[in-house]
Amino acid sequence: MTVDSIQNGYVIDHIKAGKAMDIYKALNLGDLDCSVAILMNVPSSKMGKKDIIKIDKLIHLDFTALGYVDPGITVNTINNGNVSKKRAELPRELRNVLKCRNPRCITSIEQELPQVFKLTDPQKRIYRCIYCETRADQDGQ
Amino acid sequence: MKHLIDIMDLSVAEIDELIETALDIIKDPEKYQDVLRHKKLATLFFEPSTRTRLSFESAMLSLGGSVLGFSEAQSSSAAKGESVADTVRVVGCYADIIAMRHPKEGAPLVASMFSPVPIINAGDGGHNHPTQTLTDLLTIRREKGGLDNLTIGICGDLKYGRTVHSLINAMSRYRNIRFVLISPDELKVPDYIINDVLKKKNIPFKETASLEDSMEDLDILYMTRVQRERFFDESEYMRLKDSYILTPEKLINAKKTMSILHPLPRVNEISVAVDNDERACYFRQVLNGKFIRMALILKLLEVI
Repeated sequence: MTVDSIQNGYVIDHIKAGKAMDIYKALNLGDLDCSVAILMNVPSSKMGKKDIIKIDKLIHLDFTALGYVDPGITVNTINNGNVSKKRAELPRELRNVLKCRNPRCITSIEQELPQVFKLTDPQKRIYRCIYCETRADQDGQ
Repeated sequence: MKHLIDIMDLSVAEIDELIETALDIIKDPEKYQDVLRHKKLATLFFEPSTRTRLSFESAMLSLGGSVLGFSEAQSSSAAKGESVADTVRVVGCYADIIAMRHPKEGAPLVASMFSPVPIINAGDGGHNHPTQTLTDLLTIRREKGGLDNLTIGICGDLKYGRTVHSLINAMSRYRNIRFVLISPDELKVPDYIINDVLKKKNIPFKETASLEDSMEDLDILYMTRVQRERFFDESEYMRLKDSYILTPEKLINAKKTMSILHPLPRVNEISVAVDNDERACYFRQVLNGKFIRMALILKLLEVI
């Protein structure tokens, strides 16, 4: 399978196998007007198998959302053929990435409030809504 | 500017300071009767809670201040769809401090992000009610002489009861505290309190379904109501409901010095026959609520 090399854009690498679609959704990649390639179950010496996403355009990438979905991934930014690498980290705070599901939360009636979640347990990757402290589900919503 | 949204916003030193101020108010109320002359407290009660509102208003009046506000959402601009942020920015122009009760969790936190004056959370849904916890702490301090070295029994709805979770959080910061958590299986303390507070801090605790079994060990018995609507199974409620009603008979093995607390309102979980027992503190607890709210208002207005 051949995917063209990129002059300007991103290669999101070291995604846990099977997680590529979560990132696709979290970053709303379906809304872009450029080529997006999703490679799944690619053999990897470190990970056994991994997913990769290639985006053929320099867009605003939400590293917070990336770090939340999968903190182990690497983002290669390609600018006029020059590559720079950055590793996503587990973000301390998520702003407008998740929506609180607690129907008793103030955000359920005041939709203009930012949806903010804080990392309360880095080991277990637990995020809680700053308003009502309800725990975010691991599936990202 | 400081607000009080969650009891854990206050350090142990700050709580001690509030308790000391409250004790000084109790000792010499006249010294404080005019300290807030010309200051105004707004009580914004988006859901009715007469006893909490009156406690705040009485506290402010006892300091020489005045009160204004509303006691239900229908009589406020929230009924017209105004946001919490806008409401407090407006009310902050009229009052020096705001006590807010709201049915939605997190509303007082939102208020504190926008308000030009200090916000006190007077209860946000089933989430936080920090002035109740301060009331409980002052009561324990007055009844027991301190907040260390206590075995605290908490009985009733330990799953949904916000006062229970705040009390466990607050008391777990004191020395040599043990908890006996008394509830039916359906209403046990949630895992995150057990794991993130009790186990994390190595605080000894015992979970039991029997109110009588550990009675002799307790220094404090904190009663809460077991509500019918919390049960999935009506027959289970009928089977258990009387187990968690405190009667003089159930107190036979209790220490003579044990203190019985209840956040009130009571329905039937403490028999009225217990009211005359000198160990019953719940009406003294109400009075303590006023004193600690006085201390809190003074602290947030930076008068002490």
